[in-house]
Amino acid sequence: MKTLKIEELSKNFGSTEVLRKIKLEIDEGNFLVLLGPSGCGKSTLLNIIAGLETINEGNVFIDDYNVSKVEPKDRNIAMVFQSYALYPSMNVRENMIFGLKQAKTSKEKIEEQLEKVSKFLQVDQLLERKPSQLSGGQRQRVAIGRALVREPRIFLFDEPLSNLDAKLRVEMRREIKKLHQQLKTTVVYVTHDQTEAMSLGTRIAIMNHGVIQQNDTPENIYNKPSNMFVADFIGSPSMNLIKGSLKESSGEILFTASGSNVEIPIKDYEFKDKSNLNNKEIYFGIRPEHIYFKKSNEIDFEINLRANLSEYIGHEQIITFDYANQEILAKFPSTIKIELAKETKLFFDVTQISLFDAKTDERI
Amino acid sequence: MIVTSLKTMEEIRQGTLLSWPSGLNLDSWAVAWGGRGYGAGDTFLRPYFWNSIKMVVPAVFFSTFIGAMTGYVLTKWRFKGDQWVFLFLLFGCFIPFQAILLPMARTLGVLGISNSVVGLVLVHTVYGIPFTTLFFRNYYVSVPTELVKAARIDGAGFFKIFFKILLPISAPIIVVTIIWQFTQIWNDFLFGSTFSFGEAAPIQVALNNMVLSSTSVKEYNVDMASAIIAGIPTLIVYVLAGKYFIRGLTSGAVKG
Ligand SMILES: Nc1ncnc2c1ncn2[C@@H]1O[C@H](COP(=O)(O)OP(=O)(O)OP(=O)(O)O)[C@@H](O)[C@H]1O
Ligand SMILES: [Mg+2]
Repeated sequence: MKTLKIEELSKNFGSTEVLRKIKLEIDEGNFLVLLGPSGCGKSTLLNIIAGLETINEGNVFIDDYNVSKVEPKDRNIAMVFQSYALYPSMNVRENMIFGLKQAKTSKEKIEEQLEKVSKFLQVDQLLERKPSQLSGGQRQRVAIGRALVREPRIFLFDEPLSNLDAKLRVEMRREIKKLHQQLKTTVVYVTHDQTEAMSLGTRIAIMNHGVIQQNDTPENIYNKPSNMFVADFIGSPSMNLIKGSLKESSGEILFTASGSNVEIPIKDYEFKDKSNLNNKEIYFGIRPEHIYFKKSNEIDFEINLRANLSEYIGHEQIITFDYANQEILAKFPSTIKIELAKETKLFFDVTQISLFDAKTDERI
Repeated sequence: MIVTSLKTMEEIRQGTLLSWPSGLNLDSWAVAWGGRGYGAGDTFLRPYFWNSIKMVVPAVFFSTFIGAMTGYVLTKWRFKGDQWVFLFLLFGCFIPFQAILLPMARTLGVLGISNSVVGLVLVHTVYGIPFTTLFFRNYYVSVPTELVKAARIDGAGFFKIFFKILLPISAPIIVVTIIWQFTQIWNDFLFGSTFSFGEAAPIQVALNNMVLSSTSVKEYNVDMASAIIAGIPTLIVYVLAGKYFIRGLTSGAVKG
């Protein structure tokens, strides 16, 4: 049984297509992060799961029960919003129990839930305050509390941390992670912050233009991006994508960047399809953190590149190199001294690369 | 005006405009309010004042309430064609009074409430709705829609969301609307004079009759007193509502 299942879901606002044939399944207890650039349809998808938006095509199932036409309050979900959406005229207590009162829960049960949750989230001292008298972090706690008291099957979060300052955001992120570890309730969490996605999710679904590009574990999203969009979207700075072509000679596969004559042997790479690789136009993807200054594996490929630009960011430095007129970024500890405008000996970790078809942008 | 209203006619005839009255003479106020006591032809403000109150209170209430409702629907429950409704209402704000006189007169005739306070309430309510709707719409646009979404998940329905969540944070705009509507309706002359006469007339019409129809001598002191009486309620509303207005703004009730 899947806690949440979405089938062939499409949604448009008038003539603009916002979601296209979305397919998504979540197992019990998972923390799924929907990650993608602004306007790609994350909030719309979340609102559809909550029942706040109608569907044009497809179905949503919660616990194998088709809820496509079920009212939000009857879907057994709770949602936390970016703007917290606390009812301004009610104090914290009233905010937290509003839903239970609507559901005609007994007084004793309401009090019990309120006490349990407010203690748990450390807002039990704030119950009589109005939302306007709370700090951003406290408001977010109350908003989470309001979701918790309902004891839902699925928690929905829509960018709950993006209104907080950087420090508080990291703190709250850890608290949400702890919360999930303790409660083990299924979560769908929308964000456009990749660090948040990586650190929170047990699964990440990358979206772009209303289509899910890849739905996978954080490790696979990072190590084996399924297309160039995902490769480029994840990581900072993002993956170097070097244009060039493959060559097969005597059982070995070699990559040559356009305009260069250096041949990089591709070893230990899991091709999806080993046929027709000869003369294939591809992009060779390698992350800046997988270009080393010192040889660390036997298999590392040695190459001499010219350093053009250095960006110092404290514990690290990002150096821009020239590789046959294509820019390559590499990330090193800032203790390493690299001279600009000079050839530098570097090592590509070829166990960490990704290759993409230049025509389809898909991983090969 | 106040000075003149406190003078006797004798003083007005003798003195210059800016001279002080000899003492506090409230006779002209009494006359303006309660008349001289001789039957027919004696026009005084008291009954018309109450007419106006009976007209303005329900008309302000209904137009404000309906405006809040429609503003809420237009911003928080978007439906097909809602932009057209909005455009239509916007257009409604630019319709001059005169343009709706005839159709209104017919409607009132058909409903059998022409020349009555009820009729005036209806006219003012209908005419006020585009304005009040716009006020509330513009206010509710800035209230995050997520509030409504949260309430829907919590199980609140259309009316509950309106009464429990939006209305309690609407104090500032309610006050603005009340001031606007009260001033409009209380000071209206055209609708009043067109749709009512004689006993059902509101105060502005009566004031006009009084000032213009005084047969023999112009009693400036009475005229001035009458004009002030007719203006006082607006003043009171400004003072009272203005206080709430400031309070509403400073208490930070608006932002969550
Ligand atoms: N009610 C609506 N009517 C028309 N278009 C809408 C509506 N709501 C959203 N859209 C459009 O749908 C697209 C997806 O919106 P959505 O809010 O889901 O994006 P998002 O991924 O959540 O973006 P963000 O990261 O900025 O929150 C956007 O192009 C937006 O303009
Ligand atoms: Mg969004």
